[in-house]
Amino acid sequence: MIAVFASASPSFPVLPALILTPLLGALLVVVVPRSRPELLKLTAVLSTMATGAMSLWVLFAFDAGAEGFQFASRHVWIEDLGISWLFGIDGISLFLVVLTGILFPIAILATDPEHDSRAYYAWLLVLEGGVMGVFISLDLVIFFLCFEIVLVPMYFLIGRWGHGNRTYAATKFFLYTMAGSALMLVGIVSLAFLHADATGGALTFDLVVIAEAQSVATDAARWVFLAFALAFAVKVPIFPLHTWLPDAHTEAPTAGSVILAGVLLKLGTYGFLRFGLYLFPEATHHFAPVFLVLGVVGIVYGAVVATMQKDLKRLVAYSSVAHLGFIILGTFALNTEGIEGGLLQMVNHGISTGALFLLVGMIYERRHTHQISELGGLQKSAPILAGVFMVVMLSSIGLPGLNGFVGEFLVLVGTFNAHRWYAVVAAGGVVLAALYLLWAYQRVFHGPAEGDNADMPDLRLREGLVLAPLLALIVVLGIYPKPVIERMEPAVDALVEHIERHVDGFQEPTSRMGIDIALDGADSGGDH
Amino acid sequence: MPAQAGTVVAPEVLWWALVPLLILAGAAVLLLTVASLVRRLPEWLPATWTVVAGLAVLVAVVPLWNRVQDDGARSFLAGSVGIDGSTLFVTALLAIAVVATALLSRAYLAREDLPGVELYVLLLLSAAGGVVMASANDLIVMFLGLELLSLAVYVMAALHLRRIQSQEAALKYFVLGAFASAFLLYGIAFVYGATGSTRLARIAGYLSTTVLLEDGMLLAGLGLLLVGLGFKVAAVPFHAWAPDAYQGAPTPVVAWMAAGVKAAGFAALLRVFVLTFGSWSGEWQPAVWGLAVLTVLGGSIVAVVQTDVKRMLAYSSIAHAGFLLVGVQASSDRGTAAVLAYLGAYTLLACGSFAVVTVVGGAGDDRHGLDAYRGLGARRPWLAGAFAVLLLGQAGVPFTAGFVAKFGVIAAAVEGRSYALAGIAMLAAAVAAFVYLRILVALYMEAEGDAVEVDVAPWGPRIVIAVSVALVLFLGVVPGPLIDLARDAVPVLVGG
Repeated sequence: MIAVFASASPSFPVLPALILTPLLGALLVVVVPRSRPELLKLTAVLSTMATGAMSLWVLFAFDAGAEGFQFASRHVWIEDLGISWLFGIDGISLFLVVLTGILFPIAILATDPEHDSRAYYAWLLVLEGGVMGVFISLDLVIFFLCFEIVLVPMYFLIGRWGHGNRTYAATKFFLYTMAGSALMLVGIVSLAFLHADATGGALTFDLVVIAEAQSVATDAARWVFLAFALAFAVKVPIFPLHTWLPDAHTEAPTAGSVILAGVLLKLGTYGFLRFGLYLFPEATHHFAPVFLVLGVVGIVYGAVVATMQKDLKRLVAYSSVAHLGFIILGTFALNTEGIEGGLLQMVNHGISTGALFLLVGMIYERRHTHQISELGGLQKSAPILAGVFMVVMLSSIGLPGLNGFVGEFLVLVGTFNAHRWYAVVAAGGVVLAALYLLWAYQRVFHGPAEGDNADMPDLRLREGLVLAPLLALIVVLGIYPKPVIERMEPAVDALVEHIERHVDGFQEPTSRMGIDIALDGADSGGDH
Repeated sequence: MPAQAGTVVAPEVLWWALVPLLILAGAAVLLLTVASLVRRLPEWLPATWTVVAGLAVLVAVVPLWNRVQDDGARSFLAGSVGIDGSTLFVTALLAIAVVATALLSRAYLAREDLPGVELYVLLLLSAAGGVVMASANDLIVMFLGLELLSLAVYVMAALHLRRIQSQEAALKYFVLGAFASAFLLYGIAFVYGATGSTRLARIAGYLSTTVLLEDGMLLAGLGLLLVGLGFKVAAVPFHAWAPDAYQGAPTPVVAWMAAGVKAAGFAALLRVFVLTFGSWSGEWQPAVWGLAVLTVLGGSIVAVVQTDVKRMLAYSSIAHAGFLLVGVQASSDRGTAAVLAYLGAYTLLACGSFAVVTVVGGAGDDRHGLDAYRGLGARRPWLAGAFAVLLLGQAGVPFTAGFVAKFGVIAAAVEGRSYALAGIAMLAAAVAAFVYLRILVALYMEAEGDAVEVDVAPWGPRIVIAVSVALVLFLGVVPGPLIDLARDAVPVLVGG
């Protein structure tokens, strides 16, 4: 490796380690001797746990008050093109990294593959490395590399260990996302060249340098933004580009669904924050109405379609479309509450939908069906499972006191301040969420239990232990989200200020507009 | 360089610069002579001989490269032959392709029970032709190189005597190739008529100092040159021969056709268009733009509907030619470097992929349907895994050499403000990805149907597969060496 330390960081390079540890784990999994198959899962669990522990360490070592990127490191990759392994973490990426660190060991512990466990664990570990790379990369090309590479493990996970129509789902997933991001590469390269032309400097793909300079002409920036936005919109997915999602989620193996919903969908929403709002403030502001509309449509459409699903897993998948609509809405409200709410919603959706997919997977293991009509009365045979499902489902609905509420509430507050009527329609989505989830719960868990449903075994200890951390997070984040919010806030404030600085005549839409102008700079903190 | 003297003098010959060519041609002649004198050659000898010759060229290129980097490019034989970075870069690629093809051929000939010496002789001669093309500083020399390269490959394509497809492939390739040669020659004549020379340096010099009152003849010449070379690199719409030739020809020969012939063809394209007619890029860029769009889209889209893996790879190789044309279209140093880097990556990908196809093809060389690949992931995990890496590399997935290659040409296109072309090429890449996915699906996700047992690969193909996979991954993660070499290999015109 022709790596050069540009900025000497005295401490342990924790961010590169977040990527390398799972990759090393994958390598170990590949070389585990054939005679010791039991080591496969152990290796996978240990390497994801080590990664998770490191992400927690980052969480605690993170300086909550500071804005800007922490733990930054830089290693030159291709000197000629100005591409570096440039990593850093701020309040926006911090919790997504932690979420990734937590969800992977859970997904691996929760279920075992039916065949080819060596390749299964290896792909999952590669996937974790790629996802971590997306969240911590501050170089556009490296970001793109990681953004694209996650397709490969996910493709194989769905295609080899999925259900029924897995080949179709896997191929659709791969092609949709690859076609979506095809233009992003052109956009990235164009941006770098335009930036180099405008500043007369050398070619660079450094996100912070390009974003702070804002050197690209407005028109060009808008086109490039659209190239990025298409990639993210497919990844999120935003209505009407969402059609790969129900297939992929439904056919993926449980761990795949958990990771797909919990983490992979956040690649798109995170992309919008980091490479949309930050990189193209003017274009984001210009196109925000489009995304607000699509976000609201996604909320309502996802909810309505979820209501009509006969397949429990597909229902959860469509509920994701609705939840991600909220995230988009908050993001493009372009104010602190909206963006923070969107960020919180990303984490919360990862936790609750991840847990929902785990639970659906557990039901499938027992009953070998996802069809709601074939289930029923499970509460009698599996009361604990039903109870856990209830809590997770309520969190997903956004019941106050559980985590889902905080994010959704902030999104609605932010949107209400910025664009009142969008918030009104979106609030209707919350009601619909209650409708389809409660109705599904009622059909699956209530009523008479017949046939196999009557003697379905309840949660085992192992399954309970796997779910426990998620349940704890659901409750803790619902009651006391302050530590999370106060770590997000400096970064989000800085982002909003960045947009205000670079968009003529744009003022953060807040409820206290008059006061804010008078006390500019004196706000932030304390009011949450 | 001194100006041309009026008197006839024996042209200067830089023998050191000819070493790679002499090794290849000498090895071919020597092998042919020995084979015709000795009644029964040991079976291993011709292949080993060819591999050694290829490796010798690779070794010989290193000091030449250093010399050219230190002292600059040179031109000799009265300015008709040159040596520069790109010459040596392409020579090295050809040598790699020769070694790979020879390694594959030995196993193939043994399996098919075919007589062997001719293939190696022709391979070496063809490579010598490629080297001539890459070092040509004169259109006539380039034509000679092209003919040497092509004629050898026509015969190589027909080498499988008992397969009618092999004969058909060779005939098609020959007839259309002859057409292409005629176009090329006609174009050379027009260019000579318009500029008064066939020397690249003189043409370039003439065009930079003279304003043509009538440019019709030159444009006609350029067009014909583009058609002729377009045939050779299988650019749409001049690609009709490629799928049939790829499907019918013996698989190791296909590896050479994909890797070697393409590298030589693009070396010629770069020398003629970017280097010589660089000042006229405004005239030919639109044509290459159109050719590139047709080629990336045509190759990718038609590949989707194929059911024969060899044909799929043939169309995908057409799509790759489209990507290479994107780099040519930029008509810049970055574009040229990108094309060379792409050729480097593609040489590895093509040799590796066709090595796998050689193995799976089995005795008779006819198991190329997707069926033959069904369930290979379970039965032959290493072979299937290697193929998966090579296919993902061809799809341009990050951390493979294929991505580095695509990134380079896209960057070159964007630098030249050809945003639309870059976008179309990337979308075509997404379409092409579907082709590779179909093969991956067959490898890993479909139950074995009437799967036929694949023989254990002999060590020749094994080496090719292992080395190409290792390099594809290595250059994907550490692309610096490839990019630096390609950057330093930008061709220069010297002499007059």
